[in-house]
Amino acid sequence: MIHTLAFYLFAVLVIASGAMVVMARNPVHSVLWLILAFFNAAGLMVLVGAEFIAMLLVIVYVGAVAVLFLFVVMMLNIDFAELRAGFVKNAPLGAVIALILLAELVLGIGAYRVGAIELGSPDGSAMPLLDGSNTESIGALLYSRYLFLFEMAGIILLVAMIGAIVLTHRESRAARGHQDIGKQNARRPEDATEMKQPEVGQGVEL
Amino acid sequence: MTEFFISLGMNADWAWFVATICGILLIALPLMLGVAMIIYMDRKVWAAINLRRGPNVVGPFGLLQSFADGLKVFLQETIIPSAANKGLFIIAPILTFTVALLSWAVIPFGPEAVLADINVGLLYIFAVSSLGVYGVVISGWASNSKYPFFSAMRASAQMISYEVSIGFIIVCVVLWAGTFNLNEIVLAQENHFWIINGFFFNPLLFPIMVMFFISALAETQRVPFDLTEAESELVAGYQTEYSSMSFALFWLGEYANILLMCALTSILFFGGWLPPLNIDLIPWFDIPGIVWLLLKILFFFFCFSWVMATVPRYRYDQLMRLGWKVFLPLSLFFVFAVSGYLMLTRWG
Repeated sequence: MIHTLAFYLFAVLVIASGAMVVMARNPVHSVLWLILAFFNAAGLMVLVGAEFIAMLLVIVYVGAVAVLFLFVVMMLNIDFAELRAGFVKNAPLGAVIALILLAELVLGIGAYRVGAIELGSPDGSAMPLLDGSNTESIGALLYSRYLFLFEMAGIILLVAMIGAIVLTHRESRAARGHQDIGKQNARRPEDATEMKQPEVGQGVEL
Repeated sequence: MTEFFISLGMNADWAWFVATICGILLIALPLMLGVAMIIYMDRKVWAAINLRRGPNVVGPFGLLQSFADGLKVFLQETIIPSAANKGLFIIAPILTFTVALLSWAVIPFGPEAVLADINVGLLYIFAVSSLGVYGVVISGWASNSKYPFFSAMRASAQMISYEVSIGFIIVCVVLWAGTFNLNEIVLAQENHFWIINGFFFNPLLFPIMVMFFISALAETQRVPFDLTEAESELVAGYQTEYSSMSFALFWLGEYANILLMCALTSILFFGGWLPPLNIDLIPWFDIPGIVWLLLKILFFFFCFSWVMATVPRYRYDQLMRLGWKVFLPLSLFFVFAVSGYLMLTRWG
């Protein structure tokens, strides 16, 4: 009973917060609703028994990606009226994209049900590969059968990271006053200060 | 505990429900009391290091100081700035406080004394502690004021940076223990080095312990890394606009987080609820595990306050350098070293 209740709670919250992401007037609120959606999706994952995926969802999306998202959105000074203006014009395009996504989802689930792809049991419940926890099962599958795809994903991410660094990196050491941390750490009080014992009424020679 | 409630004549669902509520209260209420006392201890330690007396007026030895402060804060007026984003302004301290309590669900206080003995316990703690940044960021943004906003920016950058190295450190420990379950991690440390319980004596894991401790300081925004509330620059950082109970919630959350980090250090590296040595010295094994855990937590908390009283604050670029250029490569190297060593000895 509690399982069903929890499912409906999470599912309703995911859909509601998903809707609020689009409808919120303030972009920062949108991001916060998105975070709530991620969080509830993680709750759904726990209900299916995929606790490892659920935790990764929270760590990666809520803990890292969404923070950066929020960071950027907070920094930008977005003109809300301008954002609203394009809504009617872009609505048909949005509807088409939504339809395509829906079709893909239906096709994917259909193929899965028929059993064309070997993912698990077609009745919808995930099939554990090993007797161990699903952390071990994912590891065993990821590092054996999908090793190539996994490493390729890693390479793509690496390339993206290097690309971002190359695009934003600027060689402007002279203009900014570069700091040499090693030099700063090696600095001792003797290098910076000097003890003087001035006579009364004489002053210090600089 | 569920069995106890079933024996009282409840059905299984209700018994589980009531038992869980009782478990939550059994952890959360002593934790709040502990936070009040640990604030007192914090102030006493600083005072001792600064050659002052510290709180000594309210109650014997000033023991009731935190409760007096709590009462004072409770009676203050809650002020919400007119330009603030009201909903988020109120949610932020609640979020900080809730998140600080959430992680305690999986902390093992003894072989059986865990509220939720889940098999991804360590990941759960990592996930929940990564939520902690939202309280700070939301409060900084919702205050609609410059200094809190700067503080929120600093906090989000800082916490993300150090979470990366904490992640790799956790990977090392998990590789060695072979599980994400905190209780099993504790048990994996039994007799780790001769008769000593705990990973800290392992030459490959000791440097990791040091890195974890420093990252924990950064993650909880304690002193060398307290740039988010650097009072000389940002007044009080993200909590500048807060007053009354909302301010108190930030305080409680902050200290509950510090206690959590101390508990995590003792569980991951110092054998959690196991006694330090695995030999029956005095009636050594009769002492319940929770006493050992609390002693270890107290020890690490003392280290936290010790650092706070002696170390000056980092500059922001130094903070980022330490996180990204020192800890990240170093922890990555240790992931390689630890997995290589285990490959050689355990599976090679």
